[in-house]
Amino acid sequence: MTTPRVVAAGASVLALLTATACGGGGGAAADGDMHVWMYQDTLVVVQDAAVERFNEESEVQAVIDEVPGDNYEERLRTAMGSSEQPDVFFNWGAGSIQPYVDQDMLMPLDDLLAEDPELADAFIPSVLEAGKVDDVQYGIPMRGTQPVILFYNEAVFEDVGVEPPQTWEDILDLVDAFDEAGVTPFALAGADPWTEQMWLQYLVDRIGGPEVFQRIHDGDMEGWRDPAVLEAAETVQDLVDRGAFGESYASVSYTEGGASTLLSEGRAAMHLMGSWEYSTHLDQDRPFAEEDLGYTVFPPVPGGEGDPANVVGNPTNFFSISADTDFAEPAQEFLGYTSQEEYVADMVANGEVPTTTNAEEAVADSPNPDFAVFQYEMVRDAPHFQLSWDQALPPETATPMVTEIESLFNGQSTPEQFVDALAAL
Amino acid sequence: MTGSDTSETSMRTLSQNRPARTGSAPTAPTPSPRGARSMRHVGRPGGAWALPALLYFGLFAALPMVLVAYLSLTQWGGLGSPRFVGLENWSRLVDDPVMRRAVWLSLVLTVLNWIVQTPIALLLGVWAAGPQRNRAILSAVFFLPLLLSSAAIAIIWRALLDPNFGPLAWVGPRLGLGSVDVLGGSTSAFATIVFVTAWQFIPLHMLLYQGGARQIPASLYEAARIDGAGTLRSFWHITLPQLRHTITTSSVLMVVGSLTYFDTVLILTGGGPGTDTTIVPFLMYRAGFRSWELGYASAIAFTLVVVATVIALLLVRFTGFGKMRSTREGI
Repeated sequence: MTTPRVVAAGASVLALLTATACGGGGGAAADGDMHVWMYQDTLVVVQDAAVERFNEESEVQAVIDEVPGDNYEERLRTAMGSSEQPDVFFNWGAGSIQPYVDQDMLMPLDDLLAEDPELADAFIPSVLEAGKVDDVQYGIPMRGTQPVILFYNEAVFEDVGVEPPQTWEDILDLVDAFDEAGVTPFALAGADPWTEQMWLQYLVDRIGGPEVFQRIHDGDMEGWRDPAVLEAAETVQDLVDRGAFGESYASVSYTEGGASTLLSEGRAAMHLMGSWEYSTHLDQDRPFAEEDLGYTVFPPVPGGEGDPANVVGNPTNFFSISADTDFAEPAQEFLGYTSQEEYVADMVANGEVPTTTNAEEAVADSPNPDFAVFQYEMVRDAPHFQLSWDQALPPETATPMVTEIESLFNGQSTPEQFVDALAAL
Repeated sequence: MTGSDTSETSMRTLSQNRPARTGSAPTAPTPSPRGARSMRHVGRPGGAWALPALLYFGLFAALPMVLVAYLSLTQWGGLGSPRFVGLENWSRLVDDPVMRRAVWLSLVLTVLNWIVQTPIALLLGVWAAGPQRNRAILSAVFFLPLLLSSAAIAIIWRALLDPNFGPLAWVGPRLGLGSVDVLGGSTSAFATIVFVTAWQFIPLHMLLYQGGARQIPASLYEAARIDGAGTLRSFWHITLPQLRHTITTSSVLMVVGSLTYFDTVLILTGGGPGTDTTIVPFLMYRAGFRSWELGYASAIAFTLVVVATVIALLLVRFTGFGKMRSTREGI
């Protein structure tokens, strides 16, 4: 698990060199293969299989370059600014690809969809919409939907003799109950502050509704002064003070598997995480994933204005094509593979809930249909799906924002200081 | 460095008594023009000899610095062309509370590093300069951390200090400490960086001091012993003064190293918790490669270059190092 860090450190150095030495230029590595950049995690098997099928039928050979997760965006940005651009790459759609669109570095995919209406109709329209920038399609959905879900360890709940939370009072009671039993109530990977961001996203949405962040997203930083943000920050402080996350969450890493292991080993009772947590457990500890992994929605907060059915997370991930690629035709052909039956079946087999319109039938065949149906209905019935803040905001505000969230969770800033710092960004 | 001024001194001492070996003007009566030219060639190499080094320096140090100075006047996200914004980044730099805190942390780190590393490296180095065989073996063991890369060192220590899955998780409760989250606390995370830096770099400085201590003539110690000086006195009055240039060299390396220290912080703490270990080089990385404000990051980088150069020059000046005075005058 340590290798990604070494690679990442080396990559940053390389990035520095390439950024200064050879800016500009186009086309991918000169080895004649079509390079597909993927975020490295347990779900890449689905894309691996797709590449294999593609290579059987196509003259052009595609290869997958797996990029370590916690440095993915830095490496992508550096590569896009250099001569080592990937031909096809994984991204979060919408705001995350805006800078590339501004520089005309992405291939518009409207023609592809116009020529292949079957592909266009294959995806849930609202999800496909998230792959658009300035009303032009640049991304094709390639992963399942990723709402943030409250996971829990059923065995630990049984041992302590408690029930999964339905209300905020339940949450507070559970914190006390697990604390007494010597179990950390919530696993939290504080070394990766985006996991702490999930708590604030849900709290702000439950307390003030989606309008609060929408205002910030539209560029009004005073929106951080909305009372809902302060109340959410106070709630976080309250949870921290009650010991809801234990003592040592600041050093727990998600990308190295720390938080998930705490949950599966029963050292923590609950874990607020994206739906990919399910496949992480399938991969790391299959018996636990199949027998003891429970899941529920984030409970409403008393007096909150937000609809308790709202979800936060990532609608899905997308594949985009570099405008400079030497493989314009094959790359577009490859994107079509993400709607194929085998691809969808692979996603389902790995615990994902596809964003294709026929997903409802597919999820029934999932290894754990209960989880798949739960997740599918959660997303389908959500009045609002909030994209992760750090993906929705431009990096120059998102980076310091995530650091401020870390400071709040670590008790280095008070809720008031937190709000002031964010409003000043 | 000690070596170079030793040889110069020996030359000067020699020339006082007998004709210098390399033929100086006073002793050679009216040298022929041809002879003078060849003398000059032998004694003092022409500027052309420095060309490769100058080219290398120009290409990989001076030019990038000029580019960074230019970038600091622009707004650039790493894609497309930089946009000229004048002094915008610089005025922001002056007002940025995060930068102010980073500067403070960098200075604290530098001072702490010096205070922690210098005495230990000095004592270890002087001790390792002794003759016994076991010292050679132990010195080699002490030397090991220097052979590891910073990234490897940071990964090792992070694993050792992991509060849930590392050895500390096992040891902590047995010592009655409960779960110890060293890297998660503000002070302890900073202290850990000081400690890991010391663990990594003391061997290098120990090596410098060992070399310096071996250069001290044994006759000095013999004379002191005859005069009745003990080990402590000899150390205080002979070893320390004789090592003063080595101390300067080591201190300059330490200070400039601490100011530009980056890799361990990135891997060990990621600048956290919060911004509690966000020293200036890490802030530069964060601004450049996380926020994609390469213009602002360039302004930070340029500040760092200027500050480090000034501090190094001051150190050299106020320690008398620049005058190249020998430690052995009057011997």
